[in-house]
Amino acid sequence: MTAALQFRNLTLGYDRHPAVHHLTGTVANGTLLAVIGPNGAGKSTLLKGIVGVLRPLDGAIEHTQIQKEDIAYLPQIAEIDRTFPITVYDLVAMGLWRRAGLFGGISRGQRDEIEKAISAVGLEGFEGRTIGTLSGGQMQRALFARLLLQDAQLILLDEPFTSLDAKTISDLLDLIHRWHGERRTILIVLHDLDLARAQFPETLLLAREAVAWGRTQDVLTAENLLKARRMCEAFDRHAEVCETDAA
Amino acid sequence: MYDFLIGPFVEFEFMRRALVGAFALALGGAPVGVFLMLRRMSLTGDAMAHAILPGAAVGFLVSGLDLFAMTVGGIVAGFTVALGAGLVARSTELKEDASLAAFYLVSLALGVLILSLKGSNIDLLHILFGSVLALDDATLVLIAGIATISLLTLAVLWRPLVLECVDPNFLRSVSGAGGPTHLAFLALMVLNLVGAFHGLGTLLAVGLMMLPAAAARFWARDLTSMIVIAVVVAVVSGVVGLLVSYHSGAAAGPAIILVAGVFYAASLVLGPVGGLRRYLVPGRHLEA
Repeated sequence: MTAALQFRNLTLGYDRHPAVHHLTGTVANGTLLAVIGPNGAGKSTLLKGIVGVLRPLDGAIEHTQIQKEDIAYLPQIAEIDRTFPITVYDLVAMGLWRRAGLFGGISRGQRDEIEKAISAVGLEGFEGRTIGTLSGGQMQRALFARLLLQDAQLILLDEPFTSLDAKTISDLLDLIHRWHGERRTILIVLHDLDLARAQFPETLLLAREAVAWGRTQDVLTAENLLKARRMCEAFDRHAEVCETDAA
Repeated sequence: MYDFLIGPFVEFEFMRRALVGAFALALGGAPVGVFLMLRRMSLTGDAMAHAILPGAAVGFLVSGLDLFAMTVGGIVAGFTVALGAGLVARSTELKEDASLAAFYLVSLALGVLILSLKGSNIDLLHILFGSVLALDDATLVLIAGIATISLLTLAVLWRPLVLECVDPNFLRSVSGAGGPTHLAFLALMVLNLVGAFHGLGTLLAVGLMMLPAAAARFWARDLTSMIVIAVVVAVVSGVVGLLVSYHSGAAAGPAIILVAGVFYAASLVLGPVGGLRRYLVPGRHLEA
């Protein structure tokens, strides 16, 4: 099995304070990995690091098999300006960025793809609506349609199920399992432990450092979860410079 | 009717020049204003307009009311403050609005101080409120050139600019165009403000950018129509403002901005999208 992603003693953070601390490990190609941890555990930070929005403070993230353009990233919905006057169709069409770039036109074939993606997430008829008029679930469906168009090998999902109803979650899970079946690598940040146990075979439990990483049922034990919560509560404004070299 | 609406422009060259200048400012400034509004940078535009003053004042100090010197000075000062405020906001705990406020207050005071060293009160009025009725050829060419550059640049940057507003993290994940796009947009803002500075002066330069944009927000749901409406509002404000000024003898620049203000107020009350109308005329609820 080849590695899709390798973390080598990775430290990511803000203003020198680590949010992800000395993380080492490998994500194999085609893995469906749940990333779980308390608030402030560095889950979103890790995704931002992988996608290149945030530079490592130390260590490295390697994805030699996968080009930067082959990574699709779904930010937390709160980071999107939903008051901006843009239609569902245009938002979804942005998924073609890698192929259309800054100036490229969108061909008739690609228009079909856009329509197919929109109907695959159950948003037919919403094409002309502006995103401000969508409910939370509809917005998340639109973003999944954009992911469909991106057709990426590595897919990073940051809390995609927050405040969605059961039907929407199950529709979106179907898409995720379809991607998994296509041997794509998927990292998904979650808070719902039951969902992780039911749907995702592998889990990384993160609390700035990796608390446990492996088969979901081995990782999500009461003991590990307690440990994770304790590790996250320690933030020291006057922390000393970290001298650790390897995890 | 003809005498009232068309006559002034047929009869007087300075009115025709003012009209052309107002059209150019409207075409370049209104679309930039819409993006400023959607990026929640409306007050940034205002602060930047003040920040141009010391540069223009230094130009004035060196070579009097000279177009080239004041334009270059204004552009340099504008960029310095735009980049400086951004840098302070990014590298310190001070938020961007506070650092802009600090920069523009210092700039405004510095500008007026420099002007007071050499100029008269008339010069000061001229610089603070512009002279849309006294645009010479060179100034018109400058303003028209800035409008052309603005429209072309916006056409080229449209896609990344929109994406940077909606979902900046997504843009960063697919492309490195976000940073350069933001800088280019700041440059457009400064250029348009410098252009507007010649016509409307430091204090009113943002008027033809922000008021039409804010008015358009109440009429359109999508970006393209919003920009078209903003441009139309700005152009009509220019024409009506000049006519009002001609017939009443009031100052032209403030008249133009006030007409735009009337459009804004009317849109606020009458506009169908998110304005006051839904409270004034609630109507019965729909089926779906």
